[in-house]
Order: sequence, then structure tokens, then C-alpha cells
Amino acid sequence: MLEIRGLSKSFGGVKATDNVSLDFPDGSLTAVIGPNGAGKSTFFNLITGALRPDSGQILLNGVDMAGKTPPEIVRHGIGRAFQVASIFPSLTVEETMLAAVCADQRRAGVMHRRFPLAETRDRAEHAMELLGLASKRNRTAATLSHGDQKLLDIALALVLEPKVLLLDEPTAGMGTEERWRMIDKVRELWEKQKITVVFIEHDMDIVFKIAPQIVVLCYGRILATGTPDAIRSNEAVIEAYLGSDDHAGAVA
Amino acid sequence: MTELQAGQGAQPLAPPRIDARPQRYRDVLIALVAFVLLALLPFIFGSKQLLDFVIRCAAYGLFATSLNLLVGYTGLISFGHGMFFGLGAYGFGLMMQKAGVAIPVAFVATLAMTFVVAVVIGAICVRLKEIYFAFVTLAFQMLIHSTILSWQSLTGGDQGLRGGIPRPPFLGIDLSNHLHLYIASCALLVIGLFLMRQIAQSPFGYTLRMIRDNATRASFIGIDVWRAKLTIFVLAALFAATGGMIMALFVSGAYPEFAYWTISGEGIFINMLGGVTTFLGPMVGTVLLLILNDTVTRLTEYHGIVLGIVILFFAIGLRKGLMDFVVEWFAQRRGEGRG
Repeated sequence: MLEIRGLSKSFGGVKATDNVSLDFPDGSLTAVIGPNGAGKSTFFNLITGALRPDSGQILLNGVDMAGKTPPEIVRHGIGRAFQVASIFPSLTVEETMLAAVCADQRRAGVMHRRFPLAETRDRAEHAMELLGLASKRNRTAATLSHGDQKLLDIALALVLEPKVLLLDEPTAGMGTEERWRMIDKVRELWEKQKITVVFIEHDMDIVFKIAPQIVVLCYGRILATGTPDAIRSNEAVIEAYLGSDDHAGAVA
Repeated sequence: MTELQAGQGAQPLAPPRIDARPQRYRDVLIALVAFVLLALLPFIFGSKQLLDFVIRCAAYGLFATSLNLLVGYTGLISFGHGMFFGLGAYGFGLMMQKAGVAIPVAFVATLAMTFVVAVVIGAICVRLKEIYFAFVTLAFQMLIHSTILSWQSLTGGDQGLRGGIPRPPFLGIDLSNHLHLYIASCALLVIGLFLMRQIAQSPFGYTLRMIRDNATRASFIGIDVWRAKLTIFVLAALFAATGGMIMALFVSGAYPEFAYWTISGEGIFINMLGGVTTFLGPMVGTVLLLILNDTVTRLTEYHGIVLGIVILFFAIGLRKGLMDFVVEWFAQRRGEGRG
């Protein structure tokens, strides 16, 4: 269970995250939406330790993550993928997975043995198969297509066997068809792995279709939380976000 | 986690998996063969000059290859790596001259001293980003160089450690004997290269590659980037110091130039010549640079210009080191053959 309590972060005078409290029960799938600059990415950066919160708690099964470094938080079980695929361009898909498993097994500093370690292989193999990357194992990450790079980024988070998986716009920069394929993949992973998944998404069709729970952020605050139906009929949301011209089509 | 059934049918199509063990045996074999060949050299060619050349290659080769662990594998461009070469030479020389201990004791003690210095300097430097890391390592290099120059009573100042380094025999090895020194240098080179190869091909070596490619991402899969950088900084310093010790034994002394920034510059130069994407690139670069140095200085007094042109050719013309070029060329040919 991931519980956020009174989380706040300001940049100068701007409150990017303003007293946010949220619960993400084990095995839940939650979409975070909100207009540009709503503080969605800041919210993720706070949870994963990329930014240090000004105040508040981030409790993963009762342990406070606030103030811990990214490696510490990852080891506690919060994995993340990035809006722009964050990968290791010169490593092959297989090397990337094996190296990530090594890190998770606290073997990143092992020097007396050769890479890859036999005990890391099964997990790497499993992650590659889950994300459909097994056939591209010997390709260097830089040569993969945009979509495959996003998948590799997710695989990097998933191979660590996190309790909570944060996906920052898994469909960013994709065409419509590719978006749906990606989001089906996300849903499939969530169902198969039975982990807590939180993702940021701009496309309202996608959000309303697959997310059982939605959080709407606006100016760093929680505007609303609830099921797709509740969000769709929430007046504050309609006024602040969905009602704007940009997304009118998406809601209708 | 349960085993996934899907994709098993595709298994035969997948390329063979990389296996770790045969690779290691192959490296042990290569190291042994290389050592035997080097050891046989004096019995085939009696030329003292050639053996001197190999000894210098051993000193600079260890130094340059260790620099590549930082530059090529970790993406840490150090302009001060030469300070550890100098520290190795001076530490060893002083230990032998002033303390009069056995050579292995001085060797280990010098490594221990280098370790302490490298931990302190590394702890400060590896936090810094690219260009600042380069500058601050350079600054430490200059600091050590000026310390050597001004601490005359200990180091002999700009005269260097003179009067020769005593080389008492140990375990039947007499390093004042040229042949013994040659064999010992070759042994140190081969062992050093083997150990560095081992580091480069270990899980830790891949941790370094991840840090080079994308340090932020590395920290988000749980890697302590600072610690990994510091570890390789210190290890590289130890190998550089070993190179410095070979140099001190070879010239039977130590000179301020060993700790001057130009040594670091030559290290970078060697890496550019040989290439940083293959493990042996810097070793090839070392041999190239020393051959160039020896021949060009014999032909003209303007050897700096000639070396400059050569490096420009590699940097601007090939845009890579010699070994990078060779490896790519072979890869391309193989690709064409298959196509």
C-alpha cells in the first residue's frame, strides 16, 4: 500500500505539489491526469526521490520514503519509467535487462565474476518476454524503434520486481494505434503482475477506458479522485480541465 | 514469479546466449600466451633497445588502459590521471631510497598510499559533472606536481629522485638485472591487463557502462552512482601507480615530469590514438605513440608538430581510434558477407 500524506513541494513561489494526500491500494491501477503544468511529473519525481519534498510523507507499507535517494527508494520497491524513454543506448536489450537484475540483486559491484551471472538470467528472460522484447535481445538500445525503447524503459522498471510501478506517460510521442497497443500492454502487465500501477496519461479516451481509478491534479492540488464515471460528471473537473476546448471532443 | 509459457516456441530462433565462463578461460589463455611470447622475446632478439621499448610500453600501457576504464567505460574524462603515475614512481622510489625495504613491501606500500590519496581526491572529484571533473582532476595533478617541486628536501625538487633506486634481490629476482626487470615488467603488464579486463567484463563493468550511458537511469534502477564512480577511480589509480612504479624501476629514479599534466595529456592522446571502445585500444595506442615518439624525435626537433598532425588525423579524419576503426571494419565485412 502506497500512502501519500500532505506532500508539498514549491519552486520559488510556485507550489508544484500542494498538500497532496492519496492512497494507492495494493494491486490498484490509477491514472493521473491534469492539464500541462498541473504537477504530475513533479508528483512522480517526489515519490521516486528525484526531488526532495518540502514536507509530507510517502509511506510504502508504512515506511517513509520522503528524503531517501532514488537508489534507496527503488530498492524499497518503487520502480519508474520515464516520459522520454530513459535507457542505455550502447547496451543491447539483453545486457540492459541482465545488468538491471544484477543491480537489483546487489551484484552491481561484483568484480570477481563474469557478466552475465547465471542466477540473473531467468528474471531477465522473463521481463523480455513479458514486454515482447525477447526477439530483439541482441539489438543495441539505440537502434530500437521509439515504441520499443519505451517498452525497454518499462522493462527496466519491471525487471526489478517493484511493488509499485510509476509510468510517466507511457504513450508519449506515439501514434494513435501504437498508443492503444502500449496501453493494452500496460493493462496486461498490471493484470499479470498484480502490482500497483500509477500512470500519467493525456489521452482521455485511454484514461476513461482502462483506469478503474483516476486522480485529477490541477495547480499542484488534487481536484478530484474517483472512478471514470465520477470524474466525468465532476463539475470542478469539467470546468477546470475537461470543459476546455482542447478536450471537449475527448469527453464527448 | 511463474515461468511464462508464451514465447517458448520461438526459443530455437533466438541467437545463442552469451556465456560467461568460456570467455574467461579464453582471456586466461590469451594472457598466458602473451606472457610466454613476451618472455621469449629476449631469447629471439637480443636487442636491449627492444626490451627497453617493451618495458616502457608496460609502464605507459598500464597507465593508459587504466585511464580508459575511466574515460571509455565510465565516461569520466580525467585530465589528472597522470598524478597517480607520478605518485607511484615517487612513492616507490622514496620507499626504496629512504626506508630501504624489500621491493615487494615497497610495491604494496605504494599501492596502499595511492589508495588513500585516490579515495580522498576521488571523493571530491566524482561528484562533479563532466567538465568540472576534468578541471578539478587537472587541478589536483598540478597540486601534486608543485608539491613535488617545492618539497626539495624529500623529492629533490626539479632535479627529481637522483642517485638511483636501490634494487635489492628478492625471491631470486634481481631487478637490477636487465632481463629480470624486463620479465617482471611483462608479468606486471599482463597481470594488470588481465585484472582490468576482468573488471571491465564483470557485472561491475556493466554498471560502469550504464553510468556512462545514462547515470540518472542507473540511479533509478538502484545503483549508487557515486560509489561506483569512486570505486573505479581508485582502482584505475592503483593500476596507473603500478605503471609509475615500472617507470621508476626502469629509469632508476623519479622525475617531476612523471607527475606533470602532460603525462595525463599523453594518456588521453594514447586513448584517442588507439580507441576507447575496445579493451586493447589503449595498449595499441601506447605502442603507436611510443614508436612515433622514438622515430619522430630522431628525425626532427619539431616532433610536437608531427604528433599534433597525427592526432588531428585520428580525431578529425577517422573520428575514432585505430582499434575502433579496425573493429568496425571487420564488423562491416562480416555483415556484408552474411548479406
